[in-house]
Order: sequence, then C-alpha cells, then structure tokens
Amino acid sequence: MKIVILGAGISGHTAAAFLKRKLGRHHEVTVISPSQYYQWIPSNIWVGVGKMSVDQVRFKLSKVYDRWGIIFKQAKAMTIHPEGDQEIKTGFVTIEYTSDGDSGKQERVPYDFLVNATGPKLNFAATPGLGPDKNSLSVCSCDHAIHTWEELQKSIALMKAGKKQRFLIGTGHPKATCQGAAFEYALNLAFEFKQRKLDHLADITWISNEYEVGDFGMGGAFIKRGGYITSTKVFTESVLAEHNIRWIKRAGITNVEPGIAQYELLDGTSSFVEFDFAMLIPAFAGQGLKAFSITEEDITSRLFAPSGFMLVDADYTPKPFEEWSIRDWPEKYQNPAFPNIYATGIAFAPPHSISKPMKSPNGTEIFPSPPRTGMPSGVIGKVVAQNISEIIQKGGSGHKHLANMGKMGAACIVSAGYSMTKGLGATMTVSPIVPDWEKYPEWGRDINATVGEIGVAGHWIKLFLHYMFLHKAKGYPFWWLLPE
Amino acid sequence: MAEKKISKAYRDEFYPPIPTKMTKYWRTNLIYQFFKFVKLNFKIMRMVVKGHS
Ligand SMILES: Cc1cc2nc3c(=O)[nH]c(=O)nc-3n(C[C@H](O)[C@H](O)[C@H](O)COP(=O)(O)OP(=O)(O)OC[C@H]3O[C@@H](n4cnc5c(N)ncnc54)[C@H](O)[C@@H]3O)c2cc1C
Repeated sequence: MKIVILGAGISGHTAAAFLKRKLGRHHEVTVISPSQYYQWIPSNIWVGVGKMSVDQVRFKLSKVYDRWGIIFKQAKAMTIHPEGDQEIKTGFVTIEYTSDGDSGKQERVPYDFLVNATGPKLNFAATPGLGPDKNSLSVCSCDHAIHTWEELQKSIALMKAGKKQRFLIGTGHPKATCQGAAFEYALNLAFEFKQRKLDHLADITWISNEYEVGDFGMGGAFIKRGGYITSTKVFTESVLAEHNIRWIKRAGITNVEPGIAQYELLDGTSSFVEFDFAMLIPAFAGQGLKAFSITEEDITSRLFAPSGFMLVDADYTPKPFEEWSIRDWPEKYQNPAFPNIYATGIAFAPPHSISKPMKSPNGTEIFPSPPRTGMPSGVIGKVVAQNISEIIQKGGSGHKHLANMGKMGAACIVSAGYSMTKGLGATMTVSPIVPDWEKYPEWGRDINATVGEIGVAGHWIKLFLHYMFLHKAKGYPFWWLLPE
Repeated sequence: MAEKKISKAYRDEFYPPIPTKMTKYWRTNLIYQFFKFVKLNFKIMRMVVKGHS
C-alpha cells in the first residue's frame, strides 16, 4: 500500500512517523513538503527576540526520513485526483518540486491513503498592507522570526540612543487566530526591554479581535485561583497590566500602512494606532489545493470548504452559537466523499469557531477563528496514523482511535521571558479544548483540570518541551514513548 | 509618582489585580518553582494520557 502525507509540520510528521513505525518495510510511506526542514514553530517566539538561532528550531527532514525509510519529496502538492485518471487507477496528487535543481518539475504521486497535513496558508493578503513584505512583521515561520529579530535590534538600538519606540503586537485580521503566540511575543518583548533596562522607552500595545482579552480563540477559560474561580480575562489583563502593556480589544485590523494600523471595533467605530514596530498575526486559510474527478471535472467543493481547509467528519450544518455541541467536531478526520483521504492538524475544516461569532453594525465579523495548537495537531496526526495502519493490516473500515477536540485537553505554555532563573512562563491547561456545556454546564470545562500558573517553572517546562519535541521529531531513541 | 498614578486611573490597565512583591518573589524562587515544575508536569502528563484514545 502507498500512503502519501502532504506536509511535514507537527501533524504530518507525527502521522508519517507512526505510519512507518506501524507498517514497516511492507508499505510505502511518502512525505511531500515544500521545505527541506522540519521546524518547531512554538520556539519561533524565541527566535524573534534573539534567544534562539534558526538552526536551534529546525532540522533537515531527509536525515530522519532516510533513517526511517520514508520517501521524501521536497515539493508542494497542487491538485488531488481522488478517482485517478485513465492512466493511474488509484487516487493521485500532482506535485511541483521546490528543491534546488528540480524546482518547477511536476510529478504525479499515486496513493492508496492520503493524509492532508498542509497546515495554514499565512493569508497576509487578506489585510491590505499586512506582512513582512509590507508594513508589519511576523513570527509564524522561522524565516519571518529571524527577520523580526533583525528589525527588533534596530528598535533596541534606537531605544539605547534614548528614542521612545511604539510596539504593536496582536492579530492582524478581524478573524485571525493564534492569539497565544502573539501574546507570548508581547510578553517576551516586555521581558527583554526590562532586562536591558529600556522598559521606560517602550510603549507596547496589544491589539486583538477577542471580545475579551484571554479569549485566545477558545472562548476563554476559568481557573481555580486564590479562593475564586477566575476567568482568563482577569488573568490575562493582570499579566498585561503588570508588564505595562496597554490593550485594544474587539478590534479587527483592516489596513496597515507604514507606521499606522487602521482598525474597526465591534461597536462599528473605526480608529487607528501608530507604531514603530508591529508584529501582527495574519488570517489563516487552507493552502488552496484543487481537486479533480476522473473526467477532469473540478470537485474541489467535495473535498474542501470555501476557506480552503479540508472537509472531514464534522457537522457543518450552520447553527447558532447556543446550539453548538462537541458532537459538531470531527473524531476520525476522514473526508466524507473519499474515505481514503484524511486531514489532520490545522488542515481540517472546523465546523465553526469556538469563540462566539460577533459582527459589527457594519457587518464586519470580528472574532477569533478556532485555533488548533500543537498538542491536538500531534494527537490527530497519531490517531489517523493508527487508524490507517490498522485498516491496512487488519482490514475493515473501523476507526478504533478517535480524537474529538471536545473530549481532549490541551496544555499551552505561554512564554513570558527567556531566562533559567528570572524567566517566566504561564502554564495553562484546559480540558476539553472545545467547551462541553452539556457535561460541564457551569464553565464548559472540567474546572479541576484547568490550570493557570505563572513562574519560572513555566519557562523550564517550555524549554524542556522544546528539546523533548525536537528529540521526538528527530526520531532519537524511544521517541515513540514521548507524548504528542 | 502621583502624576503617573492619575494618568493611569480610569484606564483599562488600572483595574486588574497586580501581583504583590511576595507573589513575584515566589515566581522565581527556584526551590518553590522546582516543586511547581514537578506538579505542573504531572498535571500536563495526566491530561496528555487522557487525551489519547
Ligand atoms: C509563533 C507560533 C507559536 C506557537 N506556539 C505554540 C505553542 O506554544 N503551543 C502549541 O501547542 N502550539 C503553538 N503554535 C501552534 C502550532 O505551531 C500549530 O498548531 C502546529 O504547527 C500545527 O501543525 P500542522 O502540522 O497542522 O501545521 P504546520 O506545522 O504549519 O505544518 C504544515 C506543513 O505543511 C507544509 N505544506 C504547506 N503547503 C503544502 C503543500 N501545498 N503541499 C505539501 N505540504 C505543504 C508546510 O511546509 C509544513 O511542513 C504556535 C504557532 C505559531 C505560529
């Protein structure tokens, strides 16, 4: 059997590793990804403040795949042909090589099972003027993060010369997600300025499409703390205020010009904020793959939602927020039209957001899209690999392994400063990720499994996870024992 | 100092709870944090194990 995985990020790489481990030499596992590197994206925050080099957060995939016997093609998938064509009787993917020497060369890669783990397209174009090629910075990839660090050094130099600098950090689109990453970056900036005794010259503003700060695209959470059950709104506002970071919430950035970001608020008013340095997370979209039938008819809408993310076994029936249920969320990540196609990690189309949809009087939707962080992305990759290998080895169509985001928990360590003795990290756990209001009518989640703690221990955990996940991704001894 | 305080009053950042010196001290007390490290890792592991079917 031939199993093809598109994408070698957290989800695709995990799926490939477990598929090969389960299926051994008898079956062919191929990974197609446009970059020759695996990167541990969460540590890009530290690349963006100069605490880690690019090579500390990435490694060459071919080294690991050669050892494991996985075929690696440095290419990007362009089209999917689930029914094959006159020549190739199974499904196949057309790919275009991106590697030096082969760049631009096209190939058709047949599959029996296909796993789409292509993650998000960083859709800077959805906000005019946004992005590292235009008027703002990003830490979403290590190349972006290193560029951001170069720009930050210029701001630091100006501050050292006594010039005040305005920093704008947050979401760069009314429906952007990944607030956690931007929040980490804001806190790391504040920490770095304090360490350099430049904090009096830094004016940091947090701008976000969240209804309340601390929503993080998951509708916020509640934590038992100091004798109270406290919302992450209070927790997050406290952290921002402590670090002298001002915030603008319910804001959808609509345009970025050099030094100025324009935004619309949920109440319909518009305003702008000036900056010297802006790190803003773009909207995410699917990679825009197309699909064709055996007769070359465009069947993209059978595989993909209009957002470009892949349709899976979720309930996509539009419903009001009050009727949402964890049963809307997928558990097998299988495409309903073509059962041998799966989508894992950020690549699958969620049934709806987790945060409540909000619209301004002008009709602009301003609320976070649903995040799919590293832990669920890894778990979904593994579960899909387990199911495919069992179907191949034992036959049948059973999916013994399920991963519903309304049942699984997630841990997120928000770095708030890189130092072994003075650094800080906020450790947050929520269970489940998608609130289950039927099971937990009061808070939507298991209050006893929810943690929110700040301390240097959080930094140690984040650093430990960096090394642990890279150890696992490199396939070093006992990698399979390490959790996702 | 008083001027700085008044400039903050009635702004959003005036209202949230701010950690006391003691709270800040415990955040970087290495012995206390070592125990936190063990406890938090345990909590995370428990969640991770529960999340896999
Ligand atoms: C700055 C930052 C910090 C973060 N911090 C955390 C954190 O602390 N904790 C946490 O849990 N999560 C964090 N996240 C989220 C986490 O990185 C994502 O959840 C995770 O990367 C998603 O994994 P994925 O495999 O779905 O996508 P990705 O990791 O984005 O991988 C997608 C892969 O697909 C490849 N690809 C793209 N297009 C194609 C194509 N056409 N054909 C083939 N391959 C393609 C890409 O090259 C890549 O290899 C952070 C994210 C960011 C941006």
